Amino acid sequence: MRPFEEEFELLNDTLQEMGALVAHSVHRSVLSLVEKNEDYAHQVIRDESRIDQMEIQIDDLAASLIVREQPVARDMRLVVAAIKISTDLERMGDLAVHIAERALSLMTQPPLPETVNFGELSSLAESMVLSSLDSFVKRDAQAARGVLEQDDRVDRHRNAIQHQLTQLMQKDPSTVTRAIDYLIVARKLERIGDHATNIAEDVIFLAQGVDVRRPREAQVA
Amino acid sequence: MGTSPARITPNASPTKMPTTHTENQSQVQTATPKMRASNINFYYGSFKALHDVSLDFAANKVTALIGPSGCGKSTFLRNLNRINETLRDTRIEGEITLDGENILDKDVTEIRRRIGMVFQRPNPFPKSIFENIIYGPRINGLLKNRSAAEVVEQSLRRAALWDEVKDKLHDSAYAISGGQQQRLCIARALAVDPEVLLLDEPCSALDPIATAKIEDLLVSLKHQCTIVIVTHNMQQAARVADTTGFFLLGKLIEHDKTDVIFKNPAKKETEDYITGRFG
Repeated sequence: MRPFEEEFELLNDTLQEMGALVAHSVHRSVLSLVEKNEDYAHQVIRDESRIDQMEIQIDDLAASLIVREQPVARDMRLVVAAIKISTDLERMGDLAVHIAERALSLMTQPPLPETVNFGELSSLAESMVLSSLDSFVKRDAQAARGVLEQDDRVDRHRNAIQHQLTQLMQKDPSTVTRAIDYLIVARKLERIGDHATNIAEDVIFLAQGVDVRRPREAQVA
Repeated sequence: MGTSPARITPNASPTKMPTTHTENQSQVQTATPKMRASNINFYYGSFKALHDVSLDFAANKVTALIGPSGCGKSTFLRNLNRINETLRDTRIEGEITLDGENILDKDVTEIRRRIGMVFQRPNPFPKSIFENIIYGPRINGLLKNRSAAEVVEQSLRRAALWDEVKDKLHDSAYAISGGQQQRLCIARALAVDPEVLLLDEPCSALDPIATAKIEDLLVSLKHQCTIVIVTHNMQQAARVADTTGFFLLGKLIEHDKTDVIFKNPAKKETEDYITGRFG
């Protein structure tokens, strides 16, 4: 392998490492909420700075490759995708921190009078994160397209939770503080799904050179 | 925690297929091309240097030809105005048309007036700047309705050189810089109003500033003529060309819009070459 190929591999590997770290953070943030586990929440908060550093590391690697290699074709697509995916991953790390912070807040409050089912929303959001990252690793455009199809389901689950919590607050105003925390968590999980969708779009571009955000007739390749 | 993603070799590109040369290598559809090369085979003695190359050149566009040394791109270019005929023991098969007429059947002097050429190294005549420009129009009888001074000024302006040499038109062409000499050669080619301009690595002997001036010039000149450029500088092809053709071992592997070639080429050979993984 020639030296420049090792640098592209390093960019690829660093992005995979960052993806794994973010996937762990999202998972732990959900567990901190569901299992009321303080340790997981604090771990998520601690890992945020590492995730931020990795985004900077990926930006530096990508900028260096642009300057020195003037990448084209699959190399260009990797650099472009890496810059965009690392931004999405960094935001997902932030969102995991927000969820962990709400989880810590909720641990200090009594439970709501009725159960709010976060299971399906969190499972779906986590599944989108893992599938989008797996599609990146495998350069699997078909799997990435599968992630895009899940986005609407996340929105539906989030809307259902929002509806339930709104009714609960109207019925029992004493629940407002706790319900708002849960509303925030639902919103953050939905946003995590949005970022996974962005990553899936970037994977399709990376694997096939197709920008799915554009109408078909406007696509270059 | 879910399963961790599996590691695979980075940059895997499952959509790339090895080339089969029986298919049409050009993805650029040109309804009425300015020039068309059809099924060109070319031989240096018994060595076959070009294998069944077909390529259209759209009017008022820049076409770049890229590929490793010895791939046949310059040989192909030199067939487009029959310069290869000056070499002994060469042979061409196929057809090259200009506005639909086979140039291989036409008067070669007329063909070379209509299809100009600029070479890798600046090659001004050992004469003044003025005489370099006016030589072609004079021997082609193009000064009947225009004065020599008018032709010289217009040609030098078209080559973006007028402002730099207007006060030393009668100085030796060797007295100006290499970049200026190359633009003088372009001006000399333009002086006979060619319809097609062929350039064989015109910037390879120039510094980045002179190269930038030539590239700017090519982009502005394409409104006046059709341009074909052979270059080893892939960034140059990406900057100036509307379409790009990749040659390998005497074959045209792929020809497509320049954006497509450099973002998502169809052929593995093209991608390996432009990403530096060739060989």
